[in-house]
Amino acid sequence: MQRSYPLPVTRPHRHVRSPGRWLGTALVYLLCLLVALLTLIPLVWMILGSLKSADEVVAYPPTFLPHHFAWHNYVEVFTTVPFGRYILNTFFVATSVTVVALLFHSMAAYALARLKFRGRDALFLGIVATLMIPFSVTLIPTFILVKSLGWLDTYWALIIPAIPNAFGIFLLRQFYLGLPVELEEAARLDGATPAGIFWRIALPMSQPILATLATFFFLANWNAYLWPLIVTQNPNMRVTQVALAAFSGEHSTSWQLIMAGATVAALPGLLLYLFLQRYLIEGIKLSGLK
Amino acid sequence: MTRLATPPLRSPARPARRERRERWTAALFLAPDVIGLAVFVVLPIVAALVISFTNWNALGSPSWVGAANYQRLLADPVFWSSLRVTALYTVIYVPLVFAVSLGLALLANQRLPLIGAFRTIFFVPVVLSLVVTGLMWRFIFDEQVGLLNYALSLVHLPPRAWLGDVNLALPAIIVVSVWINMGYYMTIFLAGLQDIPREYYEAARIDGAGGWQSFWRITLPLLRPTSLFVLVVTLIGSFQVFDQIWVMTKGGPADATQVTVIYIYKQAFQYLSLGYASAIAFALFLVIFVVSLAQFWLVRKED
Repeated sequence: MQRSYPLPVTRPHRHVRSPGRWLGTALVYLLCLLVALLTLIPLVWMILGSLKSADEVVAYPPTFLPHHFAWHNYVEVFTTVPFGRYILNTFFVATSVTVVALLFHSMAAYALARLKFRGRDALFLGIVATLMIPFSVTLIPTFILVKSLGWLDTYWALIIPAIPNAFGIFLLRQFYLGLPVELEEAARLDGATPAGIFWRIALPMSQPILATLATFFFLANWNAYLWPLIVTQNPNMRVTQVALAAFSGEHSTSWQLIMAGATVAALPGLLLYLFLQRYLIEGIKLSGLK
Repeated sequence: MTRLATPPLRSPARPARRERRERWTAALFLAPDVIGLAVFVVLPIVAALVISFTNWNALGSPSWVGAANYQRLLADPVFWSSLRVTALYTVIYVPLVFAVSLGLALLANQRLPLIGAFRTIFFVPVVLSLVVTGLMWRFIFDEQVGLLNYALSLVHLPPRAWLGDVNLALPAIIVVSVWINMGYYMTIFLAGLQDIPREYYEAARIDGAGGWQSFWRITLPLLRPTSLFVLVVTLIGSFQVFDQIWVMTKGGPADATQVTVIYIYKQAFQYLSLGYASAIAFALFLVIFVVSLAQFWLVRKED
């Protein structure tokens, strides 16, 4: 976010500083350019690799641009494995988690911020404390639980355990605490129920933070790997990341196909970034809020 | 800032019926998430401890073995090696990602034309999945067809098996981890930097302080809360790294990149020893817990 600040009226030693400042600016751009290259080269190389023929992708010395664009690599990825199905699976799981989580977290956060009941603060502290529990420790018991429920290889296993998330509750609670109470008070005097006030006033007002969290949750679930890897055996139940990793194991020498699959898997995240950049970055800034 | 809500006020004038309704609404609103957290976060951590005292093959039923898993763990060289790899990863990764992302934030905070575009680019790795990133870099690190070895050959350096060499695989993975996360922490640092009043720098300049001095005397001290947050989060995260390593090396070569979570995964889901895997997981939890406590203690002592 760019802010404008008043420039200092007087600049002492301007005469002496000038060459140093010019050098500094050049150095800033040089470093920026270097990091930008380091950031983009792997990505560009992946996309170029996905468009080379099987022979060209392993040629030495490597070519930069493909001699002819091998678009059929993409067709091949979608025909050797049901990649379309994997994308639909992932889309369904990520959307379900996001929608349900936002609703549940909003409700819980509203109760913690606005409704009065005994033990509210203790409950809030308890919820925040769950943030300290590392995922790697809860992994095995959660797997056993999901297995004993008969959920392995079902959407339930992919969706339900991904919903509870103290971070979302925490952020939404902060947001509700900051909302002016006047509207809610007025509705209360008009005889609205607490649930009605939440549904008709508080929830619509929290749209900006919901958009931020939705972008954030969707991307996190789109990119999830370890949990889906553990709870799905049936190839038809795979999500994109699991399918891509499995595919790369089964076709470990077909770099052009692996890169085509990786490009497809990367696309939703990149598109999300392109169009919803503001929300994503806002989400990260909020995650640093302590 | 976390600010706790004030305790509920008791106003005798309020009709009891409304209070009751509010309590019921609260219970209803809280139920889904509280049950979810209890079942999928709190219960599992208790269960992990219980399971760690059993011998549980994923196919059969558990049998109580007391502390046997922990005895086995203490004598298991692979476990110790995994802890060593995790520690090594942490010790290199945490300072590196801290320095790089702070440096990027300082660059991206410059008020110069085009800097916004660079900031947009630096952030791109954050939106890629760890699987995609891992595969992308495996392609670059590949001994025969990789771009890196080709680039090295241009300056007459010999090719290397980056992910197949016990001395190079972990550093290579650390570089990738920094590449993945630098944009994320840059964003957090940027938010912190933008909270520092510009006037401080101007005052310092008028007093004749150079850029370097301003950085040490103004930026770093005022960035302390942000820095601490980044340190805690990167530290706890680095103890749990899994995805990119699993995709790039599966813990190899010769366990050189087998961090503890990879060993837990192998024990639980490849060898199906759920009891032993839980013991390792709980030991890791203790390590993370002690390190976090030490960190909080250090912070508090300083303040």
